[in-house]
Amino acid sequence: MSTMLTVEDLRVQFPTRTGTVDAVRGVSFTLGRERLGIVGESGSGKSQTGRAIMGLTPPHAKITAQKLNFDGIDLLEASVKQRRSLRGNRIAMILQDPKYSLNPVMSIGRQIVETLRTHEKVSKAEARKRALDMLAAVQIRDAERVYDLHPHEVSGGMGQRAMIAMMLITGPELLIADEPTSALDVTVQLDVLRILDNLVRDRGMGLIFISHDLRLVSSFCDRVIVMYAGRIVEEIAATDLHNAKHPYTQGLLNCMPQIGADRHPLPVLDRKPEWAA
Amino acid sequence: MTPTRSNALVIAKLEVKFDRFLALRGVSFDVAPGESFGLVGESGSGKSTLLRAVAGLAPVSAGTITVNGKTLGSSRTKAFYREVQMVFQDPYGSLHPRQTVDRLLLEPLVIHGFSDIEKRILRALDEVGLGSSFRFRYSHQLSGGQRQRVAIARALILEPSILLLDEPTSALDASVQAEVLNLLEQIRRDRKLTFLMVSHDLAVVTHMCDRLMVMQNGAEVERLTASELAKRKVTQDYTRNLLVASQGFVRPDIQPER
Repeated sequence: MSTMLTVEDLRVQFPTRTGTVDAVRGVSFTLGRERLGIVGESGSGKSQTGRAIMGLTPPHAKITAQKLNFDGIDLLEASVKQRRSLRGNRIAMILQDPKYSLNPVMSIGRQIVETLRTHEKVSKAEARKRALDMLAAVQIRDAERVYDLHPHEVSGGMGQRAMIAMMLITGPELLIADEPTSALDVTVQLDVLRILDNLVRDRGMGLIFISHDLRLVSSFCDRVIVMYAGRIVEEIAATDLHNAKHPYTQGLLNCMPQIGADRHPLPVLDRKPEWAA
Repeated sequence: MTPTRSNALVIAKLEVKFDRFLALRGVSFDVAPGESFGLVGESGSGKSTLLRAVAGLAPVSAGTITVNGKTLGSSRTKAFYREVQMVFQDPYGSLHPRQTVDRLLLEPLVIHGFSDIEKRILRALDEVGLGSSFRFRYSHQLSGGQRQRVAIARALILEPSILLLDEPTSALDASVQAEVLNLLEQIRRDRKLTFLMVSHDLAVVTHMCDRLMVMQNGAEVERLTASELAKRKVTQDYTRNLLVASQGFVRPDIQPER
């Protein structure tokens, strides 16, 4: 498997009035055409890792890395222009909540066309056709109608499909999905994952799936990275998850209520200071 | 179903209408004192609307709600809120951003004319596992789990007998969720509270509740006990789908072990 993305010793720091906050502290991994899950609690640095790769870290933050390389391009040295041409074109990102991440005053179709025409020279008619095809590919039945709707007129599941359509229309090689289903109902969640699953398989994309839900990630990905306090505490094949060694991973797996398991009280995480060391 | 004095909460043929939209279509159930009853369903199923109707936050168009033997009218009295308190889903939205924890806890006590305010605030904080050091902090200085603890403390400070819980842990991390669920269970045991809990997560509801009702489109789909659900004894396809969905994603290209 050829390596597409190399991350070595990635650090993201936010200077604040009370000192520097280290959000990501030395994260290293490589990604080929596979599905990688990044799991952790809020504040573990999983989203900042994704954003640093995408180039969406706030300007006042300090990013350093030994290596941050996407398909031979050094992302840290790349110019703003070069980053912009990558973003949304070869690297795309799906965000958590379609209610906030779609433009509320622009129809869904126009947003998809805008993404396409930013990166490719295509006529308006062709762009429209490709957007409609893409909407159909994410299993929106009435693509013509949805094309003209605004984000507030569609359900959460539909909005998330529209976002997936928007992100995939340029045919990216790397897709970063940051909690793509957390804002959705359980039943809709599976629909969206099934669509994502098919698209990733058919197009041979690399996928980074960021989530706090260890179970969901392990059922969807090939490999899982578990993060705690800005560091990777464990990297494990998704099928081996039940053999997880680190007490944090085990704790995360253990603390979820299960149907049929009578555990009162639930086991809670006993956080050890050395995990963050 | 007749309202009896022995039930803590009786809902009979309750309907809620927003303009012309019928959000709740004649739902009935009752909850015994000290019981924990769960409502499950996807968004738009009317589960939260039902909870809000009990709290007096949704327009009831037909049916009755009976709390501790008293049938409620269209408005709620102060005495009602001594009996029934609610914990909301989003701890970031349900606490006043410019009030300290102390002020948040003080307000219900002042409204209801309590005298031993100092003692009650300290005890409420202690009960939810926050020390007195949290008393003069603002909600933005707290984590999500700590905020939800403050919201629970605020609900408990009036010593209600019924607690309405609207997705109390869905905004929290799994590890923090376990802590808050344990806290709620312990409080229910200690104070012999009645819970009416809403969640979209079947696992959370079966963990917390003895009986539960599955809802869809504002109506009841089926009613189960937690043990029936654990044994997968469901009769409706909709519930079965929810159960399958709660197992996580199944990749078609990888056969699950077992």
